[in-house]
Amino acid sequence: MSKSRRDFLKLSALASGMLFVPNFLHASQGMGLLGNSNGRRLVVIQLSGGNDGLNTVIPFEDDLYYKARPSLAINSGKVLQLQNGLGFHPSLDKMRQLYDQGFLTVMNSVGYPNPDRSHFRSTDIWHTASASDEYLKTGWLGRYLDSCCTGSSAAHMALEIDDSLSLALKGEKYNGMAVQDVRRFYQASQDRFLKQMAKTHHHDAHEHHQVDYLYKTLINSQQSAEYLHQQVRAYRSNQEYPKGEFSKNLKTIAELITSGVESRVYYASLSGFDTHIRQEAQQARLLQELSEGLYSFVQDLRQHQAFDDTLIVVFSEFGRRVNQNASNGTDHGTANNLFLIGGKLQKAGIYNAAPNLADLDAGDLKHQIDFRNIYATLLQNWMQADAGAVLGGSFKALDKLV
Amino acid sequence: MTITLDTLKTQHLQWRAGFGPMPGQDLPSRIPQAVKQLLKESKQLQPLPAPDLNLQNINNLQGEARAAAAKMQREALQDLNCQWLNQMSTSKAQLREKMTLFWHGHFACRLRYPGVVQVQNNTLRKYALSPFPELLTAISKDPGMLQFLNNQQNRKQRPNENFARELLELFTLGRGHYTENDIREAARAFTGWGYNVQGEFVFRARQHDTGSKTFMGKTGNFNGDDILQILIENPRTAIFITQKIYTFFVSEKVNEDHVNELSKWFYSSGYNMEGLLEKVFTADWFYTSEVMGSHIKSPVELLVGMQRMFGLEYTDKRAPLVLQRVLGQVLFQPPNVSGWAGGLTWIDSSSLAFRLRMGQALLQDAALEVALKPDDDSEPSKPVQRRADGLRVVQARADFQKFIQEMVKVPEHKLAEEMSLFLLQVPLQKQKLAILQQSIVGKTSREEKITTLALHLVSLPEYQLS
Repeated sequence: MSKSRRDFLKLSALASGMLFVPNFLHASQGMGLLGNSNGRRLVVIQLSGGNDGLNTVIPFEDDLYYKARPSLAINSGKVLQLQNGLGFHPSLDKMRQLYDQGFLTVMNSVGYPNPDRSHFRSTDIWHTASASDEYLKTGWLGRYLDSCCTGSSAAHMALEIDDSLSLALKGEKYNGMAVQDVRRFYQASQDRFLKQMAKTHHHDAHEHHQVDYLYKTLINSQQSAEYLHQQVRAYRSNQEYPKGEFSKNLKTIAELITSGVESRVYYASLSGFDTHIRQEAQQARLLQELSEGLYSFVQDLRQHQAFDDTLIVVFSEFGRRVNQNASNGTDHGTANNLFLIGGKLQKAGIYNAAPNLADLDAGDLKHQIDFRNIYATLLQNWMQADAGAVLGGSFKALDKLV
Repeated sequence: MTITLDTLKTQHLQWRAGFGPMPGQDLPSRIPQAVKQLLKESKQLQPLPAPDLNLQNINNLQGEARAAAAKMQREALQDLNCQWLNQMSTSKAQLREKMTLFWHGHFACRLRYPGVVQVQNNTLRKYALSPFPELLTAISKDPGMLQFLNNQQNRKQRPNENFARELLELFTLGRGHYTENDIREAARAFTGWGYNVQGEFVFRARQHDTGSKTFMGKTGNFNGDDILQILIENPRTAIFITQKIYTFFVSEKVNEDHVNELSKWFYSSGYNMEGLLEKVFTADWFYTSEVMGSHIKSPVELLVGMQRMFGLEYTDKRAPLVLQRVLGQVLFQPPNVSGWAGGLTWIDSSSLAFRLRMGQALLQDAALEVALKPDDDSEPSKPVQRRADGLRVVQARADFQKFIQEMVKVPEHKLAEEMSLFLLQVPLQKQKLAILQQSIVGKTSREEKITTLALHLVSLPEYQLS
């Protein structure tokens, strides 16, 4: 985005925000934008439930894979071959097209030391970027907001397309905002009584800061709803998206991006990957939804010249065990693959070697890349943020990735 | 009723030491007597009933049988959740239930087997007000705890440090007051502590490391009980527990002087928990405007508080579970072993918007639509229906009669003010009161006026505070 266009957006954001700046929030706090915004944005896609990575990026030349999965392995004839003996699940045809165009990076064996096989715990670890035995109450994207935001617009600097906010987007000072549907969000924020009360509220030195905090949160949310609603009203796109909740959410993100909303982070989830039983049909359908949705999303962004400034990262809280179970499914595992999708990748294609199925840890993959090094790369090299401040210092960014 | 300074203080005490006032159940207006009564009523001990379920090892089952057993387990766990929530709202032993919730967040376990959950919860309730060493010993031998922190796998040949680490970091001393070596040595002392198939504590002597250990500067042939004893003798434990009690019951903003004084007394009294709480609840500083109304209600406090005030009846008995999930606090499912972070972490724009909408919807029997994130931990994959728990509708009926009775003597022009004092723990700004009073102009019946005001009051940000 050109500099002048950004400046214009800043001004229009300021103008619409001013409508509701109440007297206890100073005007200067009303709409502060990120100091070091470089116009780039990050879209995080979470595959909830633990996607089976081995049946997503398939080591189709490895006999051990076929041995471990007598009824679940994907026949090598059906695999969409990539390179280095790896190929995509047959449902990922559209993602293969992105791969062929140099828009996709596959990172293998991503995980962390002492992996936890519980969904909630491993999700928390990915959300907070903590070590396996460390409990943090803020998320990495929330701390990103803390590290570079000022003022009350911080809330819509990170948007989750959902009704409730994930831990990943909760910071110490600032939180992201969950918006499932911009119009509905706007309507809900228009409650007459609450607007009247919010307008009436003033800072009182004798009152607890909690009262102010709650009103500030309420007012920020009313302001953001107003701002987002005004922005997306102008959105027009003729991009077709597949049916389904996930694609609808991606379309919402595209709407927000292409209508000039200055959010830096978008977050969406696709769930149902916990395939303990009858995995084949379930995973095939989900991967198709993922692949086709992302493809439409990329086309939409490209049409609007917004793809080069966008980086998409797709992760899951863990992979699944190498051996299938007795119910034609797979149980909770450890390391997994992760995808980066973007118009300006420095290393498109297969980033690192396929997982070594001959060297397992009690039947589970060993991780080769710590996910926090990827976070550091995204923060530092893509968002130009202070990765040390967000992740706590010791995680180096990976060279020549984004 | 007319609300005086004394009633405001009693309400404060009821919110903090319990789950808020209940129309028709008053405490003595003088604080020391009120605290005595709270303690007396909490002598009563009502355990949660055992789930009606055959405890069998689900891991031995496969396919459909396994799915069916898992479903039964989940439902039994949900029933336990609702039973406890209900007990919080109806029990006269308010302080005991509140302390049980406190300990549930302190010794936070996330367990699958309903029987194990029930036993642990009853252990916490039984010792909730006992001297801390008794509770610490009981919970360290609790099968749920041994399971959750892997002490069952802690053996002489292959020590597992999980329990020892959390014991020092989260249960007694707090971070920064022990070394990694202390953890390793403590873990050795706890080798052999486990449970049998009946879910009873067992000491497996053959798995116990009988060698000499050096723990916190002391050397000896220590067992688990010795380690607990050494931790109790350390005044850091008293400080750590007092700080946590202070944060939970008084304020997130910890006053070091108050905590120092309290923890010294706590230590020298042999960790007398009832005594500590009595000191807190009778202190002058507990009733200052800085403390009153400064606490953001946890989801459980919010739900139980409304239940007590308005006698809610949910159309679907499991509805409170849906509300707990969307608000971010499900009983028996703490986020991790360090419990719920509390305070401002309850609030983001979405959770606040839901809280503000929830109260009035429940009180007027309106359908409250709730979208939940999937919870793979308690709801394994259902191949057919992917968004298995997409949109839920929650509905409840409120009983305003007792509430209206409370307001019977309040003159019309005072209604907004008196009701705000009754329902809110922070004074409402004058201009806001005026808007409220204005909102009942034109309403004819007294009942309508009171209901209108109540609906407005519970939808205010101020209602989120206690």
